[in-house]
This record gives sequence, structure tokens and C-alpha cells, in this order.
Amino acid sequence: MFNRNKARSLRIGAVLLAGSVAFTLAGCSGSSSGGSSGGSGGNVKVGLITKTDSNPYFVKLREAAQAEADKKGATLVALAGAFDGDNEGQVAAIENLVSQGVKGILITPNSSSGILTAIKSARDAGVVVIALDTATDPEDAVDATYATDNKAAGVTQGKWVKATLGSTAPALVMLDGTPGGTVDTFRHDGFLEGFGTTEGSSEIVGQENTNGDQTKAQTAMENLLQRAPGVNALYTINEPAAAGAYEAIKAAGKTDQVTIGSIDGSCTGVANVKSGIIGATVMQFPAKMAEQGVDAVVTYAADGTKPSGFNDTGSQLITDKPVTGLDSKDTTWGAENCWG
Amino acid sequence: MTSTTAGLTGRDLSRARVSRILREPLLGPLAALIVAIIIFSVISQTFLNPYNLSLILQQSVVVGILAVGQTLIILTSGIDLSIGSVAVLGTIVMAQVSGGGNPILALGATFVVCVVLGAVNGGLVTLLRLPPFIVTLGTFTAIQAATRLLAGSQTYQVPDGVLTFLGTSFRIGTFATTYGVVAMLFVYLIVWYALSQTAWGKHVYAVGGNVTASKLSGIKSNRTLFSVYLVTGVIAAIAAWAALGRIPNADPNAYQNANLETITAVVIGGTSLFGGRGSVIGTLIGTLIVGVLRNGLTQAGVDSLYQNIATGILVIVAVTVDQFARRRSA
Amino acid sequence: MTTTTATPVLQARGLVKKYGNVTAINGADFDLYPGEVLAVVGDNGAGKSSLIKALAGALIPDQGEILMNGEKMNFRNTRDARAAGIETVYQDLAVIPALDIATNVFLGREVRRKGIMGSVFRRLDMPRMRSEASGHLADLKIGIKSVNQAVETLSGGQRQGVAVVRAAAFGRGVIIMDEPTAALGVKESGQVIDLIRSIRDRGIPVVLISHDMPHVFEVSDRIHVHRLGQRAGVIDPRERSMSEVVALMTGAERPSEAEQAGGVR
Repeated sequence: MFNRNKARSLRIGAVLLAGSVAFTLAGCSGSSSGGSSGGSGGNVKVGLITKTDSNPYFVKLREAAQAEADKKGATLVALAGAFDGDNEGQVAAIENLVSQGVKGILITPNSSSGILTAIKSARDAGVVVIALDTATDPEDAVDATYATDNKAAGVTQGKWVKATLGSTAPALVMLDGTPGGTVDTFRHDGFLEGFGTTEGSSEIVGQENTNGDQTKAQTAMENLLQRAPGVNALYTINEPAAAGAYEAIKAAGKTDQVTIGSIDGSCTGVANVKSGIIGATVMQFPAKMAEQGVDAVVTYAADGTKPSGFNDTGSQLITDKPVTGLDSKDTTWGAENCWG
Repeated sequence: MTSTTAGLTGRDLSRARVSRILREPLLGPLAALIVAIIIFSVISQTFLNPYNLSLILQQSVVVGILAVGQTLIILTSGIDLSIGSVAVLGTIVMAQVSGGGNPILALGATFVVCVVLGAVNGGLVTLLRLPPFIVTLGTFTAIQAATRLLAGSQTYQVPDGVLTFLGTSFRIGTFATTYGVVAMLFVYLIVWYALSQTAWGKHVYAVGGNVTASKLSGIKSNRTLFSVYLVTGVIAAIAAWAALGRIPNADPNAYQNANLETITAVVIGGTSLFGGRGSVIGTLIGTLIVGVLRNGLTQAGVDSLYQNIATGILVIVAVTVDQFARRRSA
Repeated sequence: MTTTTATPVLQARGLVKKYGNVTAINGADFDLYPGEVLAVVGDNGAGKSSLIKALAGALIPDQGEILMNGEKMNFRNTRDARAAGIETVYQDLAVIPALDIATNVFLGREVRRKGIMGSVFRRLDMPRMRSEASGHLADLKIGIKSVNQAVETLSGGQRQGVAVVRAAAFGRGVIIMDEPTAALGVKESGQVIDLIRSIRDRGIPVVLISHDMPHVFEVSDRIHVHRLGQRAGVIDPRERSMSEVVALMTGAERPSEAEQAGGVR
């Protein structure tokens, strides 16, 4: 009469649920033990919060941080936003890291302003907070920033594209990332400066947001080519966007007509420069940011010295078509120093 | 338990109560939550302190509130992919209207916008008889774009005051928490009451369990369904308010995963995706399980990708249990 | 036609329902008298289910009229029919499996608490609904342990029992049962037949739509034979055999004039 089967199945369910929690916990805690070995500095805990887990750029950042933490005998806890732009996830990550008692937090903020309250609470709790890759707004909301000077990187890209065009009248298309993003804005503005033009100029024949996504960039470029068939210069927010745009340009048979510039320095990107898909890219050095960030936290834990200010980790123009007056390295050098 | 008399003695009633507890579908999620808390307390010294537990609650507030709406929709055997985007639009509306200096007006405008969007979803589902999955997929896409247009793809700082009220913290003994947490628990309490103690609640279950049978029983199924979408709109507005309390920054890119996170909480809480079966208490437990996992795994020094694996496994186990229970009872 | 003074509880005259070129009801008549079990039989496609739907308010006829106790009715939906006292038990077991028995019995006409809890807070009076539901179950001799259990924990016969109880509990006028035994086993069908008798014994007339001739003959007082969208005739099960009824259904035999006119009372 009484539904004993169902009761039993639910009890089995309870055990399954509970068991899976225990199982996952066991599996996970095993995987993260890497950082705690060989600790000397009193086992300093360092939190790293990247924008996402999925982008190879942040993977490189994480790996470099992990390696540096291992070297210095610190423990790294790597967290990330769930998606590009996930501020809430990063806020929760900061709170959880502070609650856990980390000495320092390295963060690539998804929202340069939305994150500020959480950063302030963390700093008030005595945690040193360092922005990696992306600055906060205002910049002094964190103790220090280790990042590429994205404006300078944009300028370099702009100068190279302009110099490659030579005397041809420019018809520029801009494939941006996420509207309103800090890095996006710096690169965009830097490019315009280096290219020698201004927002709203008639030289700009098209602009589209791609979220730095290859597929979206391809679609955007396909559409822009319809509107502006005479395009000869292309700004891209990153290398996937450049690769996507190239597909569209190739399909339109205009590869010889368009000069493509990009920023990032991923190994795929460098390979694309080598094979001529991208004309030039401006390489960033995420590993440097991560290493310097971890070092700063370890130093702070050891003697209380806090890092400060904006620290440019540099950028490097990579191209096999150098132009005079612009320092550049070839793709062989690029392949040795790329990330991802 | 072989007695087949129809009349009920007091003893029968208490027995019935015991047996009801035993086959309580909340048993599984509750056990999982308790096990998780015990394990984290053992492996992390920082987990089981009042500050940290309060954090878990605060981090659960927005998705927790939205999950109440999602529970209602899923109980009617629908699904709402737009619920998070409605709330995000709500935060932008709130921030922009409050720019005019009147936060109460801003709050009101948000409620109106969210309820109207709920009515759009509900209208499409009931009047045009479109599947909720498709309807809300469409509105999700459109609302997200509209939000970005409205926000001009910028974020808006909200001044302290009425709009950030739900972020205000207060103390109960050593335990500090926010009014947002209270609001969340209040939403759960109200909807729990409505679902379990009123005719409307019974009709929600009935419409989700068997819409034809509900109609034949004289339930105005479309009206019930529509009301569920309206209520969900109200809940989204409350979530928007709570979101600004938590982070006083209206961000068009925020909570992109909230739609799916609410579904996760609902499913882990034992509510059936097939409708007509489940409870908001389960969803509260599901929300807390997700919050405890995320926080506890961080306390234990586990990277976020592994945390997602843990959550993913839980969802699959929960759905398996649901299927299992359904097959047994079919 | 014998003289009869009783007014039919439920009556239909000249009902017509067309769907495009298809005529589902073609001028059908119907009479149900107080205290009787009237079986409605007919071949598949004879239109008996359309007739029943019209009587239950589930479809609106194009022409003709429906009367209850001599009064003309205008059912726009099943709610109207229910309000008039016509309860229908559908063959696809119109119960909600996940809800408990008491809730199912009172579904769509829940009882709220007295006072402010009921009027303002809309709180249901679950104890009262439970005790009334178990009282109704006991009245109809349906052996179910607890009205708190979900309907899905019941056997098919018990579920049908719950559906019948729901109809009987509120059926002030008429209970229509659409193939109540179609999904059931032999023993459970027997229980449902007993149920129909208990309902009739309480003075509520029952319309039984069924394909199962032995059941029809076992329980019904009169048999309405439906054919080609019309009432072919009403026969007395004591005068006709099962095979004769089957012949009438298929048109192999014609009903007598008295039967065609609406049968004996």
C-alpha cells in the first residue's frame, strides 16, 4: 500500500547526492595539492581570480602563477568569473578568498568599477590586492597593477598598419571587443592615435563588436564587407577576432587588399602572423604579470612591503613585415615567447 | 501498514505524518547539504565560522530569489530562460530612473518593467500556446540586447540609500547578515505558503502535473499559468533590488548565467523538470548547496573549474533521482 | 410510449454539431431520468463521445437544446455544466498524480479556512477537506488508508475511485462516467461497478458510457443506443440480449418503434 519503492528510491537518491558531494570533494582536494608542497614561507596563500577559465590567455596566466607559487613555496587558489563580464562571480570569489585567509589576491577584473567595493573590503581586511592585465577604475583602488600598457599596444598596432598602408588613402574597419570594456577602450583609442586618425573620421568605414570571439568576428566582417567593400585597414581587438575576420576577407577574395593588425601574442596568433593571415600582432606577456604578482604577495607576506603603482609588463610588435621606425621581432622570436 | 479503513484515527494520522516525512523528496538534497557542510567543516578551518556562513547566504541572495520564480515556472512544467536577464534589465532601469533623484520611483519603475516582461512571457505561453522554452529563449535574447542598448553598454554606480538597502548589514549576536538575506528568506516563506496553503498553489501543481485534468477539474489553467509568470516578474524585480544591494553597480553584463544557475538550484532541490512536483524549500536547499560548494571548495583551495565539475555532477545526480522516482511512481 | 410523469433530470433535443463537412452529432436526443443508470453505447465513431461532451459542457452544439429538470441550459464550458450539477469522470483519469487524494477530490473547489486566515490570507482548510474526503471515500466503500497520500501511489482502480468520489461528492444532479473501466483489470472494474450502484442508491442518476456489454447489462437500468450521430433508440436490458444490442449498434437490426421513440420507463 504505502509506496515503499518510492521511499527507497528517494533514500537511494539521498545517498547518491551525498556520496557525489563527498566523491567530488575527495577528487578535487587531491588535484589542488600541488601548490602546498615544499612550502618555506609559512605557506602563504595567494588567490588568483581571472576573468574566465576558458581563455588560453588566462590559462597561461594561471599556469605561470602556479609555477611561481610552487617555486616560492606558496599556495595558489585559482578562481575565475563564469563568463566574460561576470562581476558577481568575481565579487564572491574575493569574499571567499578573504574568508579563507589569503595574503594577497591577484585579479583580472571583469568590471573595472563594479568590483571596487569588494576590493575595498578585502584591503580593509589586510589583504593586498593586485590587478593583473586589466586596471581598475580608478587605478589606485588596488595596491598595484601589473599589466600591458594597452594604449601603448594599441598605438603600436595603429602605427604599423598605417605605415604598411603607406600613401594609400585609408579605409579602416574596427572590430572591437566588448563595448565599454576598459582594455577594449584603451586599445581602440591607442590604435586611433597610432593610426593618426580620430573617432568619427570618414577614414573609419565600419565598426562592430565581436566580444573577441572568432565566429562573431567572422560574421561581423562578412557584413561589413558588404557595406564597405573598399576596406584596406583592419583593427582587431585580439587574434581570434583577426582570424575570424580573415576568413570573411578570404571568402570575399580580398586578402591582398586588407592589412590586418592585432594584439595578444598567443601562439596561434603568432602562427597566423607567420602564415600571413595576420599582418602583425602586438604581444603581451601574461606570464610576467602573474610571476610579478605572486612575487609581490610573497614579499608582502614576508616583510610587509606592499607593491604600488602601475607596472607595465611590456608589449612587443611581432611581424615578418617590419617597417622602419618601429621596433619589431620576427615570428621565430614570437613562437618562442608566445603564450597558450 | 495494511489497514484499509477509510476513516482516520489520530494514530493513523500521526503514522501518515511519519510516512510522509520518510518519503519526503527533500531528504536527498537536505542530506547532501548536511554532508557537504560536515565535510567542509572538517577539511577547512575557515569554513564553519559565522562570517563565512553569512557570506554564503549573501552570495546566494540574487540567484536564490530568482530561483523561487524559476521553481514556480518549472512546477507548471515550463522553464524560464529569461529570468536573469529580466532582473538585469531591472537593475539598469533602477539605476537610470534613480538618476532623476527619486529612488522610490526607480524601484516602482523596476517592478513595473519586470512584471510587464513577465506578462509578455506569460501571454505568449498562454494565449499563443507557445512552448515556454522557445518563448523565454526569445525574450532572453531580446531583453539582453535591450538592456545593453538602454545601458549604452556602460555600468552605473548606484548611490547608497533605498536602492542599496538590501545590502545593509545588521547583527544577530555574532552573526552579521544583510537585509537581502532576510528578503530572500521572506520570498521563500511567502511562496512556500502560497504553494502549500492556498488554492492557487494547488492549481499551480495541478496545471504542471496534468493540464488536461486540471481543465476538466474546472481550473482556469491559462489564468493560473499567466499568474505564475506575473509573480515571477515580481520576483525578478526583488532580485534586481537585491542585486544592487549586493553590488551597487548596475551592469548590463551581470548575471548572464543566472538563468541556468536558477535551474541548477531548482533541479538539485528536487523539483521535477517535468512539472507538478517539487517545492521551494527544496530550491532553497539547492541554492544553499551550490553556495556551500562554491564557498567551501574555495576554502579548501580548489580551483573554480573543479568547482564547476562538482556542481555539474550534482545536477546530473539530482535529475537521475528525479527520473528514478518518476519511473517508480508511474 | 408509456405515460410518465417524471421530468428527465437531463434532456437533450435535436443536438447538432458539425466540424466542417463532418457531422459529429446529427440531431440527437437524450433523456436521463431520476435515480437511474443510463448506459450509452455505440460503435466507434457513432458520436457518443461528442454527445457526452455537449452534455458536460466540453463542446457547444450548433443547434438543439439541453435541459435540466425541464429548464433550458446554456453551457459555455465545463465549469458551467458543473455549476449546474453535472459532474464528469473521464476515462483518462482526470486526477493529478503528484497531489494527494484530498486535494484531488477538492481540486477546483477548495475550501478555505474561516475568518481572516481564509478571507485575507486565502489559507485552505486542509483538515476539513481531508476529513470530508475520507468521509466520501468511506461512503462509497473505497478502501484507502490515508487521504494524505499522493494519487500516484494508488492502483488504477483506486485512482478511478478518487475520480468518482470527486464527482459523487459534488454531483448534485448527474454523474457522467466516460469509459470508467476501460483502463482497469477485472477486479478493479468490479469495484467501479459497485461504485456506480452506490451512487445510484444515493439517488444520483448516472450516465455510463461503455464498450463493455457485460458491465452495461450488469448495472444499467436503460441503454441508449447511439448510431450515426443520433439516438437510434433506448432499450430495456431485461428485454434485449447483448447480441441484439450489438446488432442495433451496428445497424444490423432496427429498434422497435417504442424504442426509437425513447423507450420505456
